[in-house]
Amino acid sequence: MARQKPDPAAAKPARAGAAVAMTGLHKWYGEFHVLRDINLAVGRGERIVICGPSGGGKSTLLRCVNRLEDWQRGSVVVDGVELTADPKTILAVRRNVGMVFQQFNLFPHLTVLENCTLAPIWVRRMAKKQAEELAMRFLARVKIPEQAHKYPARLSGGQQQRVAIARALCMSPNIMLFDEPTSALDPEMVKEVLDTMVELAADGITMLVVSHEMGFARQVADRVIFMDDGQIVEVNAPKQFFAAPQHERTRLFLQQVLR
Amino acid sequence: MAAIADTPVLYVRTAPAAKLPPPAAGSGFIGWLRVNLFATPGNAILTLACVALIAWAVPPLIRFLFIDAVWSGPNREVCLASPAHPEPGACWAFVRVWLSYFLYGFYPIAERWRVDVFFAALALGIAWLGSISAPRRDLGAVYFFIVLPVLSFVLLYGLPAIGLAAVPTNLWGGVLVTIVVAAVGIVASLPIGILLALGRRSELPVVRWLAIGFIEFVRGVPLITVLFMASVMLPLFVPQRLEPDKLLRALIGVALFASAYMAEVVRGGLAGVPRGQYEAARALALTYWRMMGLVILPQALQVTLPNIVNTFIGLFKDTTLVFVVGIFDLLRTIEAARGDPKWATPVTAGTGYAFAALFYFIFCYGMSRYARGVEARLSRGGRR
Repeated sequence: MARQKPDPAAAKPARAGAAVAMTGLHKWYGEFHVLRDINLAVGRGERIVICGPSGGGKSTLLRCVNRLEDWQRGSVVVDGVELTADPKTILAVRRNVGMVFQQFNLFPHLTVLENCTLAPIWVRRMAKKQAEELAMRFLARVKIPEQAHKYPARLSGGQQQRVAIARALCMSPNIMLFDEPTSALDPEMVKEVLDTMVELAADGITMLVVSHEMGFARQVADRVIFMDDGQIVEVNAPKQFFAAPQHERTRLFLQQVLR
Repeated sequence: MAAIADTPVLYVRTAPAAKLPPPAAGSGFIGWLRVNLFATPGNAILTLACVALIAWAVPPLIRFLFIDAVWSGPNREVCLASPAHPEPGACWAFVRVWLSYFLYGFYPIAERWRVDVFFAALALGIAWLGSISAPRRDLGAVYFFIVLPVLSFVLLYGLPAIGLAAVPTNLWGGVLVTIVVAAVGIVASLPIGILLALGRRSELPVVRWLAIGFIEFVRGVPLITVLFMASVMLPLFVPQRLEPDKLLRALIGVALFASAYMAEVVRGGLAGVPRGQYEAARALALTYWRMMGLVILPQALQVTLPNIVNTFIGLFKDTTLVFVVGIFDLLRTIEAARGDPKWATPVTAGTGYAFAALFYFIFCYGMSRYARGVEARLSRGGRR
């Protein structure tokens, strides 16, 4: 099960507080400076929505949290563990960080159930039967237990994305990353995925969501982050963010998306 | 709002459109002919030309192979032209007499049951691993890639400790050698090829360079050269006492050669797996080898299975080249047998080669059909 609260025994006093802490983070793709001096602390149980124009570095920032991307300068600390190039550290962090992708990225050669049990069995070393029970519980929670034995290609986009959420939850992560989870969906399927995410948010899991769904941000986010051109431009509570954006570029962006 | 309400409705469906069955296709046999064979003048000419080609080539072949063929007899006399039989066809009597030599070479007659058991064990392995719906294919893979090689070695080479007399490889021959060379090439080339393909995509430069160097070197050299090198140069590197067996040298050469080709086929499959699959696997904290073994390779190999089988077909036919380093494969045993003065006739050589052609065709066509079947099944499955 997703943990409701941070386990006090696991968190050493010095590490208490931030679930994710990024300090002075810089990243370049060749000459292109994609992340510029990112400083961000995400509290445990906090729900963050990151928005901004495409190419602004939102996804790259998110992917630094489980080190799908590496960086050239600065540090990222996840659950008190500093991410380095050391494979063991990276695997340890990834075990506790679930991720949901824009393109779902379900494994097409495995059934829905097998998609969900793969990591619990091979990474958590769970018995197959136990893993399947766990998976069925999460599939029921995202409301598609009846699809468990189908292959992903037989499912609609919205169903596939809900399976992807269940697959990530089966690892009992402390932190969930969502990289534009509704951008590849047909309009009528956006709601079912957002509803699932809203329910998840109510459970108190730490969430970092890159999304253009402003309604979702307004409803769920503790803080909204606006990124442009590789920098964090504005961080604000959603009410403030939408009612009275402070930065000129935030205002321009909101004008475009809230028409 | 008033303006919208006032706008007249353009169209609203009141009754659903009927669902109809599709129209019937073209009429009967004549209709089929017209549509498929004589649709245009060019099409008609092409059809007639092909019919003429078939009429010219096929009947003489059938006459030689079957109608005029001699099926049994004690010696060459029956296959020579005679007043009763002016144009002798294939001399199958010769193949019948020499058949056991074509199958086993000089393998001791009392021990030939071991070869038969080997053939059966191999057939079982192929059937188990090859049929997608077979049960426990993971066990099948263990059997095919681990149990079978050991079992085959013990059976064929012998293990005096358990009462199987040693049979030196220079007594092996014919179909046995052809199958052994092909099977070793296939069993070794798939895992080695996968490792080479992974090495070629590795992020570690040294591993990558080694893999690229090996693949490109072997692919840039003809198999005959590899075989000569394996049989002439390998002994230079090891002490004379440990000098590897002649057949073993050829097997190593074939395995290395096939691995390089397999590596390129697998690489093609790996390239077809989307980047998101790697990312999803890594995000789930899978290690490199688990990611490859559980997520990436199953997809890559499935997609590229027809190409893998095509490589096997090429390898199977290439095994005939081992005769240049003095190994008695099927073709070499036929070469040897046709020199038998007891069976020297004008048609002996042609019959022997027809037999070889038939043997290779049956195996290669079987593999080809299998690849097509898998391809069709995969595209029908619609898993992707």
